[in-house]
Amino acid sequence: MRASGAILAIIGVFFGIMGIVYWFTSYEDAGFLMLMGSALLGILPGGYYLWWSKRMKPLEGDLPDASVSDGEGVIDSFPGSSIWPFLLGMGAMFATLTFIFGLWLAPIALALGLSAVIGAVVESRRGGTV
Amino acid sequence: MTTTIESPELIEPEEPGASDGHGTGGHGPDEHGHDASHAHYEGPTGILNWLTSTDHKVIGKSYMITSLVLFFIAGGMALIIRGQLSNPTSSLVNFQTYNELFTMHGSLMLYLFAGPFAFGGLANYIVPIQIGAPDMAFPRLNALSYWLYLGGSSIMTLSFVVAGGAASFGWVAYAPLSNAINSPGAGTDMWLMSLGLTGFSAIFTGVNLVATIFYLRAPGMTMFRVPIFSWNMLVTGILILIAFPVLFGAVVMLFCDRHFGTHIYSVSGGGVPVLWQHLFWFFGHPEVYILALPYFGIVTDIIPVFSRKPLFGYRGMVFATLSIAALSTGVWAHHMFTTGVVLLPFFSLLSYLIAVPTGIKFFNWIGTMWGGQLSFQTPMLFSMGFLFAFLMGGVTGVLLASPPVDFMTHDTYFVVAHFHQVLIGTTVFAGFAGFYFWYPKMYGRMLSERLGKIHFWLLFIGFWVTFIPQYIVGLDGMPRRIADYLPGNGWTGLNVISTVGAMIIGASFLFFLANLVTSWRKPVPAGDNPWDGGALEWFTSSPPPHHNFTHLPPIRSERPTWDYNHPEHRKDESHGDKRHREHDKETVGANS
Repeated sequence: MRASGAILAIIGVFFGIMGIVYWFTSYEDAGFLMLMGSALLGILPGGYYLWWSKRMKPLEGDLPDASVSDGEGVIDSFPGSSIWPFLLGMGAMFATLTFIFGLWLAPIALALGLSAVIGAVVESRRGGTV
Repeated sequence: MTTTIESPELIEPEEPGASDGHGTGGHGPDEHGHDASHAHYEGPTGILNWLTSTDHKVIGKSYMITSLVLFFIAGGMALIIRGQLSNPTSSLVNFQTYNELFTMHGSLMLYLFAGPFAFGGLANYIVPIQIGAPDMAFPRLNALSYWLYLGGSSIMTLSFVVAGGAASFGWVAYAPLSNAINSPGAGTDMWLMSLGLTGFSAIFTGVNLVATIFYLRAPGMTMFRVPIFSWNMLVTGILILIAFPVLFGAVVMLFCDRHFGTHIYSVSGGGVPVLWQHLFWFFGHPEVYILALPYFGIVTDIIPVFSRKPLFGYRGMVFATLSIAALSTGVWAHHMFTTGVVLLPFFSLLSYLIAVPTGIKFFNWIGTMWGGQLSFQTPMLFSMGFLFAFLMGGVTGVLLASPPVDFMTHDTYFVVAHFHQVLIGTTVFAGFAGFYFWYPKMYGRMLSERLGKIHFWLLFIGFWVTFIPQYIVGLDGMPRRIADYLPGNGWTGLNVISTVGAMIIGASFLFFLANLVTSWRKPVPAGDNPWDGGALEWFTSSPPPHHNFTHLPPIRSERPTWDYNHPEHRKDESHGDKRHREHDKETVGANS
């Protein structure tokens, strides 16, 4: 966790410094804002990880001499198969096509997208195939 | 269906001396890897499996096959483009079609092949296995990435058949040219929507890669034992999260300009056309490294295996990757030197600086090969091809980072040759190196060495024959994106040579296809570890079981499989004798 957080935080600080240098050398808005956005993108999760890394038990993956048997037991539940990502992807595709070819495509996009969102949520709640 | 995944069991290596000392690929699948009781899969099969699978291996293969199909379509377009240019006043295609062809060639290659082949295909398949994880962190999000990508690439490819044809403003879509007056028609809108969809697909993959590498590493696989390919994919994931949201925002604003009456990129309404270039290249230059870093990682994983040596300068490689990524975000306007509104010294200096970490990588690759027992099998040959090709592309890139040189050569064939050498060096040479390297792991069968070598040599020769004339003709003043030129320009001879080279490249891929067909018609079993590789992916069976590992070796260095197979070479890197000692979790936290 500490290494991961440090990577993000260092990248964020670098962008922050670069953004400040850029602003005082060029006075150009777009690039300055994007560099600052990138700085936040590094500092926010990086800082969050660093804050937690001091307060939680280290991950087995971070211990240089952890044995594979230390991670014994259940890793997690992973979805085996699910149709909802496919329907959501196709729904998104029809949604973009609606913008180009007209509103007559919207019902298809909505039907696919909504059913996929509902299906995926129910699937997560129940932990089984819907 | 949800499956609960148990962690793999530990398998201890034999002590040094007990082994015969020269393992040629280690263990067979009988020892471990095929434990039927441990990993079983009871999902749908066939086409339903393809539609519903959330297994990173199935998704990775889908990504790879889709992107390779798009690569061949875009390569076919390149051959038509070269055919048109082989003759000063050729009429192979009309000018509008020519514009559509070079736009779609660039778009398909960059947005839909180069990136997704690496971070959707190879990385999706290999990264979880390299770090000892059972799957990606968010398997359903991973599946959604693929379907968004397939939707987006279908839209872009199908834009050829709508009225008005496909987008025809170049893959960069500069602002006044891409507005509703200069580029009317549904083709442009489809191009924009396709970028929106594939952009989100890339963002989701980036999230998945970062979360997987941060959280799902096997016990003992600390950040500084993660193989360089996975390291580079982590950094690529971070770069994706920086770059693609900017592209998405830019695309949405362009769409609003085209249809909803906003004036973000148009001068008439008080907008700023050059803003598109700022936004696009703030995405576009990190995108170059999103395309390059995964392929650096592939080569970094391949060279030690075929040099029979550990990687030279592991930490140097990691820091070089991080600094390339950090610097790449501060160089976007070196694509905009000729606009006259950017700060030349800032962008020039930062662009030069990127040469330093890239140089470190080159010296580390050479240092890895230095004194090793090199064997030039197909993956290694392609990696060598990458070194030469990328070096040439990189050196001309350093030239172009100098504003005076850029003013001379901007929008000429010199730039075309430069970025093709960079991108073919990475995505094609290193990409196919990775494909030849990991194909046995993915499908459990070998590819033919003979056909692979013919593929390589034809590609390598064709590559130089195509692009060296383009440098010369570019310095001679030939602009890019022109469909014809005058016989009196004196560019004909060089263009003919370039076209011949492109045809050789095209022919080389016939041998690649023949190789695939051969491996399916007459399979040669690969075994678990055909190259005697050192990273974790070579420990499991080929192809890996449903959740990748039934057993894991102790992870004490960045190549645990090598340590397991060659105990006599094992070097305990960290704490002397601590290897088998029970540790106290409270006290070692500071080490992480």
